[in-house]
Amino acid sequence: MNFDYSEEQQLLAQSIRQFLTKEYTFAARQAVIESDQGYSEQVWATFAEMGLLGLPFASEVGGFGGNAVDLMPVMEAIGDGLIVEPYLASVGLGGQFIARGGSQAQKQEILPALVTGQCKLAFAQTEREARYNLAHVACRAEKTENGYTLEGEKCVVLHAPCADKLIVSARTAGQTTAADGISLFVVDRSAPGVTLTSYRTIDNLRAADMRFAGTVVPAEALIGQEGQALPLIEAVVDYATALVCAEAIGAMQFANDTTLEYLKTRKQFGVPIGSFQALQHRMVDMTIICEQAKSMACLACVKADSADADERRRIISAAKIHIADACRHISQEAVQLHGGMGMTEELKVSHTFRRLTMIAQTFGDADHHLERFAACG
Amino acid sequence: MDLNYSPEETVFRDEVRAWLKDNLPDELRDKVVNYEELTKEDLLRWQKITAERGWGAPDWPEEWGGTNWTIVQRHIFEEECGHAGCPPRIPFGVSMCAPVLHQFGTQEQKQRFLPDMYNGDVFWCQGYSEPGSGSDLASLKTSAVREGDSYVVNGQKIWTTWAQYADWIFCLVRTSTDFPKRQQGISFLLMDMNTPGISVRPLMLMDGGHEVNEVFFDDVRVPAENLVHEENDGWTVAKYLLGHERLGTGNTGASKREVLRLKELAAQQHKNGKPLIDDPRFRDRLSRVEVELMALEITNLRFLDQMRGGRAPGAEVSLLKIRGTEIQQALTELMLEAVGPFAQPFRSLHATDFDQHTASIAPRYCNYRKTSIYAGSNEIQRNIISKASLGL
Repeated sequence: MNFDYSEEQQLLAQSIRQFLTKEYTFAARQAVIESDQGYSEQVWATFAEMGLLGLPFASEVGGFGGNAVDLMPVMEAIGDGLIVEPYLASVGLGGQFIARGGSQAQKQEILPALVTGQCKLAFAQTEREARYNLAHVACRAEKTENGYTLEGEKCVVLHAPCADKLIVSARTAGQTTAADGISLFVVDRSAPGVTLTSYRTIDNLRAADMRFAGTVVPAEALIGQEGQALPLIEAVVDYATALVCAEAIGAMQFANDTTLEYLKTRKQFGVPIGSFQALQHRMVDMTIICEQAKSMACLACVKADSADADERRRIISAAKIHIADACRHISQEAVQLHGGMGMTEELKVSHTFRRLTMIAQTFGDADHHLERFAACG
Repeated sequence: MDLNYSPEETVFRDEVRAWLKDNLPDELRDKVVNYEELTKEDLLRWQKITAERGWGAPDWPEEWGGTNWTIVQRHIFEEECGHAGCPPRIPFGVSMCAPVLHQFGTQEQKQRFLPDMYNGDVFWCQGYSEPGSGSDLASLKTSAVREGDSYVVNGQKIWTTWAQYADWIFCLVRTSTDFPKRQQGISFLLMDMNTPGISVRPLMLMDGGHEVNEVFFDDVRVPAENLVHEENDGWTVAKYLLGHERLGTGNTGASKREVLRLKELAAQQHKNGKPLIDDPRFRDRLSRVEVELMALEITNLRFLDQMRGGRAPGAEVSLLKIRGTEIQQALTELMLEAVGPFAQPFRSLHATDFDQHTASIAPRYCNYRKTSIYAGSNEIQRNIISKASLGL
């Protein structure tokens, strides 16, 4: 039993922290989110230089062969600094599909470019009626002589606007919610027949609603076996869920630190407001919840790649239930204890509030995971 | 990061588990899992059984019978005992008075009291709270006035758990009011419960159980040699004990057993013709408690991992106490709701098919309201975290 980060993980965490304090300040971030692109190429290049983009991938493609725990310090820093670059979409989702299910050719084409920062990815899965059901795929891929033709819509595809390639789920057989018949394809974002309606999300990420109208992809664009993609989708989404739990920890810790600081400095009635027991106990509850959430994020990351899929599902859902509840509680309390200032655009805590609000229902809200957890027995 | 026990720790866990399977008497286990009242004999019997194995007081110094276990081994032992349904260790002697004697007692006092505690021959209780001194312990008034070789004690203690069983009591008493601070002038005194002038009055609780008492002291003459540590510096002793008291208060082993029990119960009960456990409204609440327990278990291990280097437990212990008791209470509440109308029957008068098990659920729910009040109320625990960890 050992909860510490290894020496390498600690060094990595340290270098990311340095990057955050020196280069990804709140003011610098503001400039990034107000830019047209909504992310920084320079930051992305720095991530590549630091080795962050190759962290979980095999050495043959330029990576470091890390597991989910190796990514925890990165995700915590992303949560702390509210980094808007497409790390989770590219490294935690897109790249995982290729690394786990892709052909040699796909791996060789995409992963080295991902690792060096030349290729960004996004995962086009969610559909209007699907909510959080991963088996709900109405978008269709018709087999043709040379490949497939995609027809359908996807919504709220995070980081699609900046992605070079999309991993798209589409149905090659079966009814809309059938477990069988779902396939995954690699699609160029600029391919003919792909249209995007791009927008900014409430937490200042970029996303798009997408339409595929007669989009032609070659047979080699298929990831893994035709119609058998659901287990891979579930595994990768569980993995990304563990990562987003770690991101939440970074954001919650920031929310708590900055709130505690505020309680000690803000004065009313001639004394720091932290001297009031009504506020002290609320701060203590935030602290307890954050500690418990850290434990669940550790557990989720340790089990994210468990060979036992039932165990993995159960743990990931348990973690997400807990993290979702914790996100709500801590974000709301952080704003409340800051008073009116907590509502303002100029204070970082309001941005953290928005990110935590969205994390709570990314890859399924507490209700969704309660259902899945109960089904695990 | 590795959340598993080491191979050695796993071997140890299996050894404890196997030993409990062979040595925990069924009668004791049944009483515990069915929430029946334990007698003095039950409690001492379990102490004797663990003592015979050499596990009667794991955290004592080795020369007095301690096991020299690591902090993780101690945790494993507590977890396994909780999960197996062992009676609680009588905390007042082995876990509370003994650490004080080890730290502050004279060699004579140690020899006189420790072996009897270890072997389960003497039953101890704790005299801390008074009618006017609950969370504000330093305001205590029970007085001990030195007269020759004795102290003469007058006053009253309250909430004295198992005083009706106790052979001895350790007390905080006021030996002086001449100091500027209330924490000064307090002393730590041991008394034989058979001393003339001590009387015990039961405080019956709403669950119908007799756990706590009032203890009255009327000109009780206590030999001065029963003073532990210096006169008027008992607060030092009390603080030491508080820091020593609460590791393992998470009680996750026992709570895990209760979760299984609750699931069984909810599978037997029916709602609209289906097992209650399949009712989403009920199931979600059960799941949230399960998840909270999972988080507490890992948090407990994280803290143990941090303390492995020898660091003393701090405010983390308060966190474990708060969350552990909240979970215990939530479980008793879910059980109460799981049995629905059958939570109502309480005491059988003439019925022959009276279900003793469901009848014990509501009393237990009532009884467990104590957990967030005793051993430093959960509000006091929040004050501790606020001050010690957050610097507020």
